[in-house]
Amino acid sequence: MDRRRFLKTTGLTLAAGTGVLSAPFVARAQNAPIRIGLMAPQTGVVAAGGREIIDGFSLFWESAGNQAGGRKVEILVEDDASNPDTALQKARRLVEQAKVDMLFGNLLANTGLAVANYVKGNGTPYFIPVIAADDLTQRARIKNVIRAGGYSASQFPRPLADWALKQGYRKVAMISQDYTFGHEQCGGFAQTFTEGGGAVVGQFWHPLNTSDFSPYLGQIAGLNADVVFAMETGADATRLIQQYASFGLKDQIPLLGAQNATDQSVIRTMGAECEGIVTSAHFAEGADLPATQAFVKTYSDKFSKIPSLYAFSHYVGAMWVTKAINTINGKVEDRDTFLETVLKTDLPDSPLGKPVRFDDYGNPIYDVVIRKTAKNKDGKFWNVPIATYPQVSQFWKYDPVTYMKQPPYSRDFQGIKKA
Amino acid sequence: MRTAPLSAASTSPELQIRRSRALPWIALVLVALAVLPMILSSYQVSIATQVLIFSVLAMSIDILAGFAGRTPLGHGAIFGVSSYVAIYWTSTMGGDIWIGIALGVVAATALAAVFAALAIRTSGVYFLLLTLALGMIVWGVCLRWTAVTGGENGLRGIGRPAFIADHVSFYYAVLVVVAPLTWAMWRLVHSPFGLTLRGIRDSESRMRSLGYNVPLHLFLAFVVSGFFAGVAGGLYVLFNNFVSPSTVQLSQSVSGLLMAITGGIGTLLGSFVGAAAIIVLENAVSAYTARWQSVLGVTFVLIMIFAPEGVVGRARLLLARRRSRSSTQRRSGG
Repeated sequence: MDRRRFLKTTGLTLAAGTGVLSAPFVARAQNAPIRIGLMAPQTGVVAAGGREIIDGFSLFWESAGNQAGGRKVEILVEDDASNPDTALQKARRLVEQAKVDMLFGNLLANTGLAVANYVKGNGTPYFIPVIAADDLTQRARIKNVIRAGGYSASQFPRPLADWALKQGYRKVAMISQDYTFGHEQCGGFAQTFTEGGGAVVGQFWHPLNTSDFSPYLGQIAGLNADVVFAMETGADATRLIQQYASFGLKDQIPLLGAQNATDQSVIRTMGAECEGIVTSAHFAEGADLPATQAFVKTYSDKFSKIPSLYAFSHYVGAMWVTKAINTINGKVEDRDTFLETVLKTDLPDSPLGKPVRFDDYGNPIYDVVIRKTAKNKDGKFWNVPIATYPQVSQFWKYDPVTYMKQPPYSRDFQGIKKA
Repeated sequence: MRTAPLSAASTSPELQIRRSRALPWIALVLVALAVLPMILSSYQVSIATQVLIFSVLAMSIDILAGFAGRTPLGHGAIFGVSSYVAIYWTSTMGGDIWIGIALGVVAATALAAVFAALAIRTSGVYFLLLTLALGMIVWGVCLRWTAVTGGENGLRGIGRPAFIADHVSFYYAVLVVVAPLTWAMWRLVHSPFGLTLRGIRDSESRMRSLGYNVPLHLFLAFVVSGFFAGVAGGLYVLFNNFVSPSTVQLSQSVSGLLMAITGGIGTLLGSFVGAAAIIVLENAVSAYTARWQSVLGVTFVLIMIFAPEGVVGRARLLLARRRSRSSTQRRSGG
């Protein structure tokens, strides 16, 4: 009897499931809309960033009238739950059921890497304005994965290291979250800094979500460093910056950071403790460029906050890809031509204020700005450019082929040159 | 938690009748499962495949939770270790995928043996906590041992062999593996060994005084359960082609347990209903709202209130009640 009951329940569940899952899918006609799947974490640890991804992305499409290449554009948003398994599931759903023409998004590197591995098998174009894992556009490049509006993790710390050397800093202490994104950003900094004659006097890897930085800050204070480099994201960044100030280190040792450390998502709620931190990025919301300020104003008016990296990158990424879609008159179904065109597309008029283009590996070449946090006229903190490094690629000054022969950055390999 | 009434303890003539009755039903289910890919779209077939794989994990948990009375919270780790080993073998070492999966299952079974050796002397909430802690250790190792596990970023696989590359043929392949596994687990819990486990669940001291080697039984049950979880982990590698700490983390153990509970603890086959319900619900609800996790949460609360025995367990109880009523009537009538 129990078996019979089991059968009935199974049958019912499956029947119900089938009904729900087989939501009508209309076969595509010639002039059907271009379907874009956007995956963003709406739940889980980085849900706040995910919200800004959706905001930035939809802001662009609104301004473009939801049109590209003469076709309507339909955006399907899915929650990746900050979890790679969920991200994979959602990617499968978007590609296989919703039949999207391309995927966009994801925030955490592990979700992006999982999805990238999936699209490798089926060729769906996948654009990653936030996913920074170096190897996706280096040693493990996937043809249909392009960092439109994005950057690779070790790309921006290198000019910052160069800038630090020029300020006369010779000894750096580094503190970072202990995961690949941190290892790669620190690797970029450490390699350039030591090759230019500097020395790394200490590297501290702490777990994600560290609430008390005093053990690390205490050690850093005793290292006699000229400068400190911090690679922090989210709440860790807030806490580190606050504790750095309250330990009195702020006035003793200048603080440098990876761009995430002073991203708007972090400093939006902070006061004077975040003033004067120097970071490097492709974008500075405080840059005195008309295109940048127009974007910042539109975004702030609509969402009553200054745009973060997440919003900005997705806005630019969407803009970039749209320009390519316009070039090929909306024929995104021809994937090879589409991807080729994206890679060949230069973006002269984005909120970056400066033209950008892709290198041969699908990673953009940017004018990298060294930025310092300062108060704007509304009394809010933002990042203001103080120096520019033109045309910085993910390979810095190295030859790509030689560079990729060195192992990827990890906790054990930081590219530190022995003195 | 109440469990469904015992079935195999019934007398043998009745058992034979039930068996003969069950055969057509089993055949029907198999036919239904075989026909399924023909009526579903390719994405839905992949969901059905996922349901089959997670049913195996849920059943492996049910062996311990439902039949031995020990609720484990570490099976996600056992499942995930199998996946890690298989992917490491194929993508880092460049080995054959089948050997990789075999090694994964061996590793999972070995890990289960370690867990078992540490955990079987406890019961109740202590068992729960101990398995939870052991699972967390595995998660911590996977997260921190970057050189081998890829840390937070996880490991990417090399894809399925060509003959099961598309969703439909992979579904059949999984079905061909899952069907005999299910039968094996069914036999296990209805064997004398399984009956002993139930005896231990109901009264450990009585079983001990009757001369049963309680720790040995629990140890074997745990190891066997780990073996099945390992096989599920191996199948998951073929399905997902990716493994990261989120595969071994607590939420994986919890979701496996939830599947077993939703279907009905101690019903074994209820795991299929539980896995189907949860996975289908996840996919269906998330298409409509970003708050899908809240919807799932509310659903679980409702199930715990109205059917704490799980869907299948509840159905069994209702059925048993009706049957006893009708048999009383028959007796009084005759």
